[in-house]
Amino acid sequence: MVSLVKIAVLLFVVMTALAYLTWFERKVVARIQSRWGPYYVGAHGLLQPLADGVKFLFKEDMTPPTADKFTYTIAPFLALMLALTAIALIPFGSPAIQVLGQPVFMVSNLDIGLLFLFAITSIGVYGVALAGWSSNSKYPLLGGLRSSAQMISYEVSLTLSVVGVLLIAGTLNFNSIISGQSGYYFHFIPRWHVIPQLVGFLCYITAAIAETNRIPFDLPEAETELVAGFHTEYSSFKFAMFFMAEYANMITVSCLATILFFGGWLSPFPDSWEWQLFIPGGGLVLLGMYCAWDTVVNMRGIAQLQFAVVTLLCLVGGAICLMPGVREVIQGPFWFTTKVIAFLFFYVWTRGTLPRFRYDQLMDFGWKLLLPVSLANLVVTSFVMIVPYLRHG
Amino acid sequence: MSVPFIVFFACAFLAVLGAVLLIFSWEPIHSALSLVLVMMSLAVLYLLLGAEFIAAVQIIVYAGAIMVLFVFVIMLLNAGTEERTDASKLAKLAGVPMGFFLLLLIARWLWTSVVGTTIANGLGARSNAGVSTRELSMVLFQQYLFPFEATSILILVALLGAWILARKND
Repeated sequence: MVSLVKIAVLLFVVMTALAYLTWFERKVVARIQSRWGPYYVGAHGLLQPLADGVKFLFKEDMTPPTADKFTYTIAPFLALMLALTAIALIPFGSPAIQVLGQPVFMVSNLDIGLLFLFAITSIGVYGVALAGWSSNSKYPLLGGLRSSAQMISYEVSLTLSVVGVLLIAGTLNFNSIISGQSGYYFHFIPRWHVIPQLVGFLCYITAAIAETNRIPFDLPEAETELVAGFHTEYSSFKFAMFFMAEYANMITVSCLATILFFGGWLSPFPDSWEWQLFIPGGGLVLLGMYCAWDTVVNMRGIAQLQFAVVTLLCLVGGAICLMPGVREVIQGPFWFTTKVIAFLFFYVWTRGTLPRFRYDQLMDFGWKLLLPVSLANLVVTSFVMIVPYLRHG
Repeated sequence: MSVPFIVFFACAFLAVLGAVLLIFSWEPIHSALSLVLVMMSLAVLYLLLGAEFIAAVQIIVYAGAIMVLFVFVIMLLNAGTEERTDASKLAKLAGVPMGFFLLLLIARWLWTSVVGTTIANGLGARSNAGVSTRELSMVLFQQYLFPFEATSILILVALLGAWILARKND
């Protein structure tokens, strides 16, 4: 029962996050390209995701007459379902924080968490491949083919780049991997896996961008060559489902990077630094004050009212986060979310700045550079790990 | 009727359904998808037996890698609907009874084997059946190290063979 409630809450949070991730991406890319981005629906375009969702729902849902109806229909469901299942495995905070004897910030705590996540992401390619095939049309087929080839190629590097972390952590359980990263070098540099596994991390993040079909690896949906790739024929909410699946995958991959390489919910500062308890609340209050200034000075009309609500939410949220008892509990989720947002920003940043690879470059890069480097990283890590055993016979 | 019991029969049914659909569907892609269904159901059955690692590997290797490759090749070749000739008389007269005979043998074996008793004694009681990843790797890399390495060399040879065959002669 508790699990069901947690799943419902997580689903709500993730769906909202997906919607506002699109807003975030459009705003950041607009900033990079010296534009305003969404601006008119709600203050600063904050209601744009809602408007988009409603628009998707009311568009006509068309199925090409020559399409394979069954496969065409299940493909988007498959894509979104798998993408959302993966997020259920992610721990957002310490398992020590419990209500009714159940950890609050995670839905499931599997012993083989990482393997299970890879299992789910490895079948994620079906959504794209089947969509491409079942549309029974040239460009989607080419997009689906490209996507399958790309995802198979980069999955190898993705998995191999993570094995180094597994060697150090000695477990597949997410919570154990995160707890293994507590402690500090020289009392202030956190013992995150990214430091010994920098090469592994670079391989991971590159392969992850390719796995999620994002720029500069977005060949499956390259507009100039393939119209819109595998989802060319999809309209209405089926298209929206592919869209959501892509963004959900981005979030999963960022969460995984946070867990494996950046200490998950652990704070970057030593426990003795008491003031870090006030960062989340203080940050929200500062944001609220900025919003208040913006509301009074820049906003007019209905936007002023809307932004006043945002201001109020920020200030009240900040005040709640500053309360004793609450501020200790939200530390984990706060740091986790902050790290994930940093990765998502990185995603958007690469989208805004890098051009797309050519297809042969993509394949060469994956097989001739990324795979050897991640293999070498694995060999070196295993060698370093085994040296103490050799010394003691 | 416990929950694992129901899940077992649901997955067993899905696995058989997938296998039947695999043979009877006309589109190669549908056949491939049915096979994926079989693999996934088998993975859940492994989970019920407490073999988490095997379940995950089943999905990653079979559903995630091999079947994706199958689907990829079917898409690449743009294979059309299957053409069928009438089944031969020999297959009809001898094959079907032989199939049922095999089924009978398997059922008889299951009746007495560990798997059968585990199911009968209630699934989900994974006290002795469950093997953790650590224990599995201990056995694999100590007791069965030689067969394991021999298998990997065999796979490597097969890989090189495929490369030699696919290489252009120039």
